[in-house]
Amino acid sequence: MGSDQSRLGFYLLLAPILLWLIVLIILPHVGLFLVSISEKIGPREYETGFDNYAAFFSEPLYWRTFARTAIMSIMATALTLILGFPIAYYIAKLTRGRTKTTLFLMCMIPFWVSELVRTFGWMILLRETGVISNILQYLGLVNGPIELLYNDAAIMVGLVYTSILFMVVPLVTTLDSLDDSLIEAGYDLGGTSTSIMREIVIPHAMPGIVSGCIVVFMLSLGNYLTPILLGGKDSLWFTGMIYTQFITRFNWELGSAFGFLLLGLSSLVVFLGLKFSGQSLSETMGRS
Amino acid sequence: MKYSLVSSLAIVSLLTAHTAQAETLRLLTWGGYAPEEVIAKFEAETGHTVEVTTSNNEEMIAKLRATNGGGFDLAQPSQDRITSAQEEFGIYKPIDMSRVNADLFIPSMLSATAGNTTYDGAVYGLPHVWGTSGLVVNTAMAGDVQDYVDLCDAAVAGKVSYRLKRPTLIGFAYSMGLDPFAAYADADAYQGILDQVEAKLTECKPNVKTYWGGGDEIKNLLRSGEVVASMAWDTGGWQLNADNPDITFVAPEAGALGWIDTFVLPARGRADDAAYDWINFVMQPEIAAMITNTAGNFTAAVDGDAGVSADLKARYQGSFDQAAIDNIKWYPPVPAGLEAMEGATLDRINAAN
Repeated sequence: MGSDQSRLGFYLLLAPILLWLIVLIILPHVGLFLVSISEKIGPREYETGFDNYAAFFSEPLYWRTFARTAIMSIMATALTLILGFPIAYYIAKLTRGRTKTTLFLMCMIPFWVSELVRTFGWMILLRETGVISNILQYLGLVNGPIELLYNDAAIMVGLVYTSILFMVVPLVTTLDSLDDSLIEAGYDLGGTSTSIMREIVIPHAMPGIVSGCIVVFMLSLGNYLTPILLGGKDSLWFTGMIYTQFITRFNWELGSAFGFLLLGLSSLVVFLGLKFSGQSLSETMGRS
Repeated sequence: MKYSLVSSLAIVSLLTAHTAQAETLRLLTWGGYAPEEVIAKFEAETGHTVEVTTSNNEEMIAKLRATNGGGFDLAQPSQDRITSAQEEFGIYKPIDMSRVNADLFIPSMLSATAGNTTYDGAVYGLPHVWGTSGLVVNTAMAGDVQDYVDLCDAAVAGKVSYRLKRPTLIGFAYSMGLDPFAAYADADAYQGILDQVEAKLTECKPNVKTYWGGGDEIKNLLRSGEVVASMAWDTGGWQLNADNPDITFVAPEAGALGWIDTFVLPARGRADDAAYDWINFVMQPEIAAMITNTAGNFTAAVDGDAGVSADLKARYQGSFDQAAIDNIKWYPPVPAGLEAMEGATLDRINAAN
C-alpha cells in the first residue's frame, strides 16, 4: 500500500517533465523528421526518401554556409571566453561586497532589453553615418565616413556582446567557490602568477568554462537576428538559410532537413568539446 | 414547463443569432491597410471586432500553410501568389460573388484579378490595393539612374541597395531587354533568362552596399544618404520625398513592376460574414481614400482617389506620366515550381564572390 502511494507520487512528480519532453520536444522533432524525409515531386504529391539530405551535400553553398556558421560560432565562443574570463576573475576574486554586486549587475543591465534593441544599438554605432564613424572623423583619424557595418567582424562583435553574460555567470560561480587560501598556498610554494593560473585556477574553473562555452556556442549557432542585421551581402548564416527555405521558398522539406543537420552539428561539436576538455556533461552541468 | 422550454429555446436562438452577427475578424494584411480609424468606424458600424496581423506575401502563405488555412478569416496576398499557393497547399476558399458589392470595384480591375486568381473554375481573389516597385533615387546624387541596370553603374558604386528576391530578378531581366513574364510557362526559356540575370547580378555585386530586407531598413539607408539609388516600392519613395525633396520614386525605363494586393478567404476561416462585411466596408470611396492616405497606395475602389491628399496625388503624378503607367509590367500568376528555380539562382548570387 505504502509503495503504491510512493509510486503514485513518483509518477505525479515525473508527469510535468515527461509532458514537457514529449509534447514540446520529442513530438515536434518527430514531425520535423517526417517532413524532412518527404520529397516533393509535384503539387501536393510527396514521396519518402533522403533527397533533401542529399541536396545538402551536393550543393556546395549549403555545406559551406554550414561550415562557416560552425567555425564562426566556435571563434565567437573562444573570443567570449577570452574576454569573459578576466571579467569573471575580477568580479569573483578581486572585489568584495557592494562593488562585487554592482559589477555583476552592470554585466546584466544590457540584458534587460531585448536582443533586437541591443543589435539596433550596434547598428547605430557601426553604420557609415553612425557614432563611431563620426567620432573618428571629428578626431581627424579618418578623412571620409567609414562603413563598419555589414561584414563578418560586425557579426562577431554582435555575437560576443549578446552572449558574454552567459559566459561570465557560470565562471563567476565556479571561481567564487575556489578557496583563496589555495592561491596563497600556491604563492607560498614559489609559484608564479602564470603557473598558479595554469595549475590551480583554470583546472578549478574548468566545469564553468565548459558549461559557459556550451551555452555561448549554442546561442551563437542558433542566432538569427545578429547575423542577419549586422552581416553583409556575403555573410550567410545557417539559421537564415533555414528561414529562407521555410518562408520564402515554401520548401519546408529542405528546411526541416537543414534543421536536423543543425541539431546534429551542434550535438557533435559539444560532444567533441567535452571529449577534448576531459569533462563529462553531468559534472559540468551539475557543478556550475 | 413547456413555456420555459420555449423561452429558453428562444434565448438560445437569440444568443446564437447574436454571435452570428457580431464576429471577430482575424485579418492578415500588410502594414497600413487597416488603419486604426477605419477599424474603429467598422466596429462601430457593424459590431464586429477586428484583430490585425501585419505580414508579407511569403509569411502570409507560410502562416496559412502551417494551419491548413486556419487562424485567420481574411488575408491579403498579391494576386500573382494565389493560384500556385492554392494548387500546392489548398489554403483558400472561393469568393462568393453574390455577397460582394461589385459596384464598389473598378470593373476592369475586378475582372483582371478574377482572371488571375481563377483556379479550377472558381475565383479566389478580389482586388484591393495596387502599387508598383521600381527605383527610389536620390536625384541630387544619382540623377543618372533611370533603369534597373543603371544600379550597376560605376558612378554609384557602393551606394546601391536592392533585395535579393524575385522582383529584382524580374526587373533586371526587363531592363536587359528580356521578357520574363512571357517565359513564365516555359521552364527552359525562363531558366535561360535567369542565367543571364544571374551573370549580371553577380557582376553587379561589388556595387551593392547591402541587400536590404525590410522597408524600414531601406528607408533608413536612403534617408541617411548611405544609399543613393535602390530598388523599392513607390510608397517608400513618396514617403521619403516628404522629408527630403531630392529623394523620390522613379518609374524605370524598362517599366515599373505592378502588383495588386487582394482579399482572399482562408480555407478554414470562421468569420466569413465579418470578412464580406469588411470587404464591402473598406471599398467604399471615402474609406478607400483613408486607406490610401495611410498606406500610400491607391485602391481598386470606384472614386477611391477623390478623397486622397493633394500631396500624394502630386507625388504620384510626378513619378508616373501616362507613358509610364502604360509601361507598368503587371505580375501574372506565378506558376507552381517557378520559385524553386528562382531560389536556386538567388542562392548562387548570394554565394558568389
